[in-house]
Amino acid sequence: MTAAARTDNTTHLRTRRAARTATVIAGPSLVLAAAPLYLAPYATTTLTRILIFGLLAASLDLLVGVVGLPSLGHAAFFGVGAYAAAWTAGHSTASPMALVVAVLAAAVVSLVAGSVAVRSSGVFFLMLTLAVGELMQQAADSWASVTGGSNGLYGVPAPSLWGHVVDQPATTYWYVLTFFVLGMVVLRLASTSSPGMVLRGVRDSEIRMRALGYPTTRVKLGAFVVAGAVAGLAGGLLAAQQRLVTPADVGFTTSALALLAVVIGGTGSWWGPCLGAALVIVIRDMLGASIDGHGPLALGLMFVLVVYLMPAGIARFRARRNVS
Amino acid sequence: MPTTQIAVTAMVNGLAVGLLLFIIAAGLSLIFGMMDVLNLAHGSLFLTGAYLAWWLGGEQQTWPSLARAVVAVIVVGAAAGGLLSLMTAPLSRRSHLEQALLTLGIALVAADILSALFGDDVHATEPPPGLGGTVVIAGWTYPRYRLVLIGVAALITVGVYWTIERTSMGALFRATVSDRDMVATTGVDPRLVRVGVFVLGSVLATVAGLLGAPIYHARPGLDTTILVLALVVVVVGGLGSIRGPLVAALLFGQIESVGRAVLPGLASFLLFGTLAAVLAVRPRGLFVLTSGARR
Repeated sequence: MTAAARTDNTTHLRTRRAARTATVIAGPSLVLAAAPLYLAPYATTTLTRILIFGLLAASLDLLVGVVGLPSLGHAAFFGVGAYAAAWTAGHSTASPMALVVAVLAAAVVSLVAGSVAVRSSGVFFLMLTLAVGELMQQAADSWASVTGGSNGLYGVPAPSLWGHVVDQPATTYWYVLTFFVLGMVVLRLASTSSPGMVLRGVRDSEIRMRALGYPTTRVKLGAFVVAGAVAGLAGGLLAAQQRLVTPADVGFTTSALALLAVVIGGTGSWWGPCLGAALVIVIRDMLGASIDGHGPLALGLMFVLVVYLMPAGIARFRARRNVS
Repeated sequence: MPTTQIAVTAMVNGLAVGLLLFIIAAGLSLIFGMMDVLNLAHGSLFLTGAYLAWWLGGEQQTWPSLARAVVAVIVVGAAAGGLLSLMTAPLSRRSHLEQALLTLGIALVAADILSALFGDDVHATEPPPGLGGTVVIAGWTYPRYRLVLIGVAALITVGVYWTIERTSMGALFRATVSDRDMVATTGVDPRLVRVGVFVLGSVLATVAGLLGAPIYHARPGLDTTILVLALVVVVVGGLGSIRGPLVAALLFGQIESVGRAVLPGLASFLLFGTLAAVLAVRPRGLFVLTSGARR
């Protein structure tokens, strides 16, 4: 094959992959974009929450499914983003600039936390990320002048776009959907690009990748920061939608639910975690309300059932891990 | 109050908290280090013990109610340990993530049941007459219950240490960690050892809940707080040993208590800061079991 033909072939492959990515993202996006036109406001709000939580779960899946690093403290970066956005909206500007601040803050915090965490693996990674999550919740609880303490930050101004206030269920939904798609594209790029292939290689055999000369620790840190930054974006969207941020959004339970969403949906696929997130939100918010506030009970039973009955959901992750 | 007295009070408080933390963490460490099961429902056992102490004794315990509570926490702890052992047995060859999810689910269910049974209020309970109030030693005033707690917790600590390190049952536990199949060939069913370790670890957690009830007060959310503290102690101490969690628990007791006295508001940061610092320097904990087939 001549050099020109090879370049041609690569370009062709790249174009095809890009086209597929575009279709895969554009199709569901169109359906999702039309949803508020057919749904009642309450359903639209629930769908908005699902998008936000789905983005959080998808960002966690970059760690769990692609790099093989199950984190128990991912809500820390979600919370940092939520607080950063809420604080920016309240004190400076409610434009999408608040989301930029959220992403940057979450990226910085995940860089610091990740530089300690990615050096460990397995159960130590679980513990360290758990500790990061707890540390953030403590910070949210005790740094009252910025975070509002245990009351949280309430009365967060609605986002504004060119002087237009986004405060209706449908407009909030579209605002969230726009950034949801953006976040998903970033995650998709991070996992399918050539650095993404390195990530999969690290998951399957870190020793082999290191022997091949890849700086595996730095690659893992990179994934940790991207996942943290997208979780921060989801947090910023939470502040915009909920108009309230509390320490519970940072805590262990939120992290655990995100992990549950990833596992139910199936790790390693980009839409799986979103479906899992939908199931979790529906059970927590809708079923929980109809069975007298026993949402945690239903979720707990779901955890147990998933582990016993759906090893296939987890199996992909496990099978790949066993290669190493 | 003079500075020395504040310092002594903080350090004795730290000792009480540290020993209590060790009793909780010892159970977690036994189950985790020996059976390789990450039990995230361990904090729920502590909270169950604390609720039982309040339920049987009310706001003011009496000696009979304390005796009933002791029996109750041992029975409930043993039953819960047996159940946890059965529930996690099918997962013994699977990943830590799956065990974590399963026990997390159990913890959520337990928290919901406890809050349905006991409500969402804080249930404070006072130790029985004779153990409450304060004592004055050489002009230094101190709550009597905490001194009693130090004594009882120290006894349990010595008992656990002695059982694991010096008795044939402890030898059996340690042998199962090192080589499960070899234990099986000696005619001992490793599954029974597994149940035994779960029962012992769970009873330690519920007993700690009973002992800690007058200090921590049973309330929703306490299970997670305690679980995280115990996990931190186990991780810093190193897996599979008893000495490691003991040193780590005493260290964290001091950091928490002295930290709270010197830098109030930053105590919890100190705790997790120390965790990060220890793991940054020694990623596998302070004391690591060198022998044995740990993965």
